[in-house]
Amino acid sequence: MPDLIGLLSYGTFFLVFATIFALVVLGLNLQWGFTGLFNVGVAGFVAIGAYTSALITAPDYPDQLGGLGLPIPLGWLGAMATSGIAAFIIGVAALRLRHDYLAIATFGVAVTLQLVALNAKGLTGGPFGLQFIPKPFAEVIDDNLAWNVTYLAVAAALLGLSYVALERLVRSPWGRVLRAIREDETAAESLGKRAFRFRLQAFVIGCMLMGLGGALYAHFVGYIAPEDFLPILTFQLWTMLIVGGSGNNRGAILGAFVVWALWTLSGNALREIVPSEYQARAATLQVVLIGLLLMLILLLRPRGLLGEETVVSRHMRDEAADTAEE
Amino acid sequence: MLAAQSITKTFGGNHAVNEVSFVIEEGTITGLIGPNGAGKTTLFNCLAGLFPPSSGSLSLGGERIDGLSPDRIFAKGLARTFQIPRPFPEMTVLENVMVAPLRQRGERFWANWLTPGRVAAEERRLAEAARHWIDFVGLSRLTHQPARVLSGGQRKLLELARVLVAEPRLILLDEPGAGVNPTLLDAIVDRIVTLNRQGVTFLIIEHNMDLVMNLCSPIMVMAQGRLLMTGTAQEVRGDPRVIEAYLGGAVA
Repeated sequence: MPDLIGLLSYGTFFLVFATIFALVVLGLNLQWGFTGLFNVGVAGFVAIGAYTSALITAPDYPDQLGGLGLPIPLGWLGAMATSGIAAFIIGVAALRLRHDYLAIATFGVAVTLQLVALNAKGLTGGPFGLQFIPKPFAEVIDDNLAWNVTYLAVAAALLGLSYVALERLVRSPWGRVLRAIREDETAAESLGKRAFRFRLQAFVIGCMLMGLGGALYAHFVGYIAPEDFLPILTFQLWTMLIVGGSGNNRGAILGAFVVWALWTLSGNALREIVPSEYQARAATLQVVLIGLLLMLILLLRPRGLLGEETVVSRHMRDEAADTAEE
Repeated sequence: MLAAQSITKTFGGNHAVNEVSFVIEEGTITGLIGPNGAGKTTLFNCLAGLFPPSSGSLSLGGERIDGLSPDRIFAKGLARTFQIPRPFPEMTVLENVMVAPLRQRGERFWANWLTPGRVAAEERRLAEAARHWIDFVGLSRLTHQPARVLSGGQRKLLELARVLVAEPRLILLDEPGAGVNPTLLDAIVDRIVTLNRQGVTFLIIEHNMDLVMNLCSPIMVMAQGRLLMTGTAQEVRGDPRVIEAYLGGAVA
């Protein structure tokens, strides 16, 4: 007899992760999909959010800073604030760089942050990371499945809220300037747009979502360690965006669910097929598989599953549709 | 309206623009001609702030503008188009034009959450203005097409509409006639004349001599980074220095 509860539990577990990833990919989409900012340091900003929220909300840690024991919502707000501030500082320094140079700079930042997490024992707990990160509602909801479902609801609500807020932004005059900068920064500046300011705003807002995603991850799993935020995470998130459809917020969410599903299924399949003594090595096949998927999408459907929509302004959607029908 | 004093732009040891001074009178259509490599586009880039002049000063309506960034210069009423048009290819013609108006309320991201009604009202106004100028350059049929489908000449017209919507006082046009078919070129010339009558001043780089001679007065001639002369079409045609600049002294 199939274990229905187990399956359901596994399903919600999967969905919570996919939802958190979707939130982060939305942030990346604002940066890359709409503004053309090549941020390869996503894992770093996720880590900042995760560590910040843990340090704000966890009970006092012995032998290190933090563990303030404050309410969880404060931790999440703090995560967004810290990621935003970090993005602002890094942005002021690095956002004048273009394309591949910005990629190198942000990659360097993410690797540095990961090494800091690994070594700054007094702040991050070092290689063992931080434990006892409080789970919201854990004191009222005993049942594991019920708790997972509740957490899924909270994460989904935050994802929905972010989606609505972002849709409003990218279809506004502000979003129009972002896309103009993505298409041709020199032309945008020659039309009076202060490109640097818009790039910085998009970078900070995007990184705040990444920080929130990190915080949601931390409080779902209950412990975090430096190896949770390796460059492979950035690679996965980028694949989600490209597969789903860069420049389309629904595509970003869809990509997160599709790629995470493939990742999970391939992981399970490998565990079934490969003899146990080779399993550790077989795990790398997953990365190959994701790389293959990325290449296939780029070859067959370069705009992703859902391509960018042309929308003039959310205030004129109907009119554009009328003309298209003519 | 625009006064340039000893503008010099060097790249390494190369004086792309060398001690160029001139004044552009309000209400004129001034031409700027010269052989390839004379420094015309470099001069444009200095005027529009794409790169600051190495030395010299610029003033627009009595206000210093040298060293200002392109966005600030645009905000002061000096607009430019590019030799090779630079539309935003993935955006529609209407979107392209709606980018340009200055000081849009909805460009501040929080305004879109806090005062969406006022942003919406402004968007409707802007769309109307954008349509007017798209119609003016004859691109209405393509309003909702992405700019990447436009031909070279249509891209030039789009760039024109895009700067016009911001109502600049002075427009620098870099080769509006290059690669444009004769019918479209007539349309462009016609639009320039109409706008000029409405009070817009133009500075035009152009290689099509018929166009320059008929449209522009005065005409400035540049060669090897220097301003050779300024005069009417007649004077330019009769000046031996101009002929020598173009033919490299072969006639002499």
